[in-house]
Amino acid sequence: MNAMRRLLLVPTLAGAALLAGCSSFSLPSLPEPWVKPYERERLADPIMRQGGDPLAARHREHVLVVREGSRGANAAQGGGCGCN
Amino acid sequence: MAATESPLFAGVTGPWRRIAGLFGSLLAMGGAKAIELPENRAEALYHLYKGGGVTADGPALLVRKSLADKVSLYGSYYVDAVSNASIDVVTTASPFKETRKSYDLGVDYAYRDSMMSLGVYRSKEPDYQADSFSIDVAQEVYGNMTTIALGFTRGVDKVFKAGEPSFADGAKHWQYRLGVTQVLTPRMLASANLEVVSDDGYLGNPYRVARVFGATVPERHPRTRTSRAVKFKVIGDLGDRNAARAEYRYFWDTWDIKAHTLEAGYSRYVGTDWLADGFVRFYKQSAALFYADNATSETLYVSRNRQLSAFRSFGLGGKLSYTARRVPGQYELKIVGSVERIRFNYSNFTDVRNGQAYDFDANLLQLYVTATF
Amino acid sequence: MNCGSTPLPSPARRRLLGSALALSAGAAVCGTSRAALGSGPAPDFTLRTTAGTNLRLQEQRGQVVMVNFWATWCGPCKIEMPHLVRLYAKYRASGFQLLGVNVDDDPRNAVAGAAKLGITFPVLLDADKRVAKLYDLSTMPTTLLIDRDGTLRHVHRGYREGYEITYDQQVRELLKA
Repeated sequence: MNAMRRLLLVPTLAGAALLAGCSSFSLPSLPEPWVKPYERERLADPIMRQGGDPLAARHREHVLVVREGSRGANAAQGGGCGCN
Repeated sequence: MAATESPLFAGVTGPWRRIAGLFGSLLAMGGAKAIELPENRAEALYHLYKGGGVTADGPALLVRKSLADKVSLYGSYYVDAVSNASIDVVTTASPFKETRKSYDLGVDYAYRDSMMSLGVYRSKEPDYQADSFSIDVAQEVYGNMTTIALGFTRGVDKVFKAGEPSFADGAKHWQYRLGVTQVLTPRMLASANLEVVSDDGYLGNPYRVARVFGATVPERHPRTRTSRAVKFKVIGDLGDRNAARAEYRYFWDTWDIKAHTLEAGYSRYVGTDWLADGFVRFYKQSAALFYADNATSETLYVSRNRQLSAFRSFGLGGKLSYTARRVPGQYELKIVGSVERIRFNYSNFTDVRNGQAYDFDANLLQLYVTATF
Repeated sequence: MNCGSTPLPSPARRRLLGSALALSAGAAVCGTSRAALGSGPAPDFTLRTTAGTNLRLQEQRGQVVMVNFWATWCGPCKIEMPHLVRLYAKYRASGFQLLGVNVDDDPRNAVAGAAKLGITFPVLLDADKRVAKLYDLSTMPTTLLIDRDGTLRHVHRGYREGYEITYDQQVRELLKA
């Protein structure tokens, strides 16, 4: 379906842009990552976490999905310490 | 007809395949870094929902443990004891009680900068069984500032009807997820999530009735549905141990429902051991094409399911968390309580008992203990 | 009608993987290499310790030095710490020095964190991230091993279960030299 190919656009363009250091691919280069791994103190704090505690978040989502006609886009990923 | 979605890379041709290959090579350039596994956790929750004549409560448990710092396994058990005297039930049938139990198991595997997750889920109640499996991949790129996540869930449901053994039907579901999270500054991050859900099969409720020319008829739902939702979220650290977040989701589907969700929240540390959280939620939805409070024409599909009607809801809640024990690098134990009140206002669903537009308040309560170690 | 999801046809899948691998190889050649920390003399720095005194890296010449960059907000750093404390106790008398460089914004958190984790080796405060920038850290934690002549010999990015075994081996080798 066309929608799926359009979904691919975002990560593939991001990926292609990130290879910008290579001379064999003439793409505009992105700046060096500006938030360094040792500057992530605030992002590592639990109040900056995207999802809440798992069971509580699941309960709330279940309550809302059962009573509303809409669903989806509730997944959370990334942020945090970025350690390791 | 059938909302069949092929897997992500099927049918990819020409320049798209080359770009997909470039993306693959980006992943290969991860270097010596690795991604952190989710922390070990044991959680026990008591949940309660009370509103509109329905009371649902029960316990839930979750355990997560990592092995050899390579994989993280988790299992959870969730019980929902429902006592249903909702407006639909009270006006067309009689109140009933039933219990729903759900189980899930999953494994997360961290390899360099990627996290791969597999999960299986089963939900069982006397007249409905839902099984699904999920695959998720999350990849950190751009100096760990960007996280790209893809996910897929496939579900199969079996639908029965109490008191009518001859009724047996099913439904299949496909969910496709794409998410990007971007660290903007050392104090702020933003994310965008997209999810496409397709359903095929029996998507109604065998007990629910619709109204056509004032007479009750069994409801007739389409047997397919495809929905899309896109959510944008921003979280910012306001300094001095405060943070705020805001999110907006737009939903639209092939049943002509359009919904807007706006949520905002604020968190604040109080002292060394307490965390307070406040949140507000605005929701507005338009009705499904075939929804009618009292249909004035014969249509192929008709439903009086208020979940599909035009309505608004407003929710307000707070959460308080207490850190009971904390040993850095070893474990932490928290006790958390959360309450929320949601008001539902229906535009075109009539309370047949008094002839007014229906509305009700719902209360949610969550009490839990969570240990991370 | 079959409403299930269809698997990718084999020839298409093979072509996709083939092009992905070919481009991976190509990209690996011209890929941005973050070889910020190669071999060579370890950049010198002076930082204040939690005891209030100043400590300079160059003054540790003659000893094998392990520099561990850590923070109280970094989970793997805290899990790694007991192993480093053990390592320090084991080889300290043989001419091994361990320096813990903390990058917390607030040095008071560093002091409290060090006490809670039972750190026995010197903890240096790098709140303005000067030394972290100097070493261009790409991960938290980062553990460096410097030999008796002040040459940077090993760099460990991140911490995973089992790294402490490698640390032990490498420290022993450097102490023997």
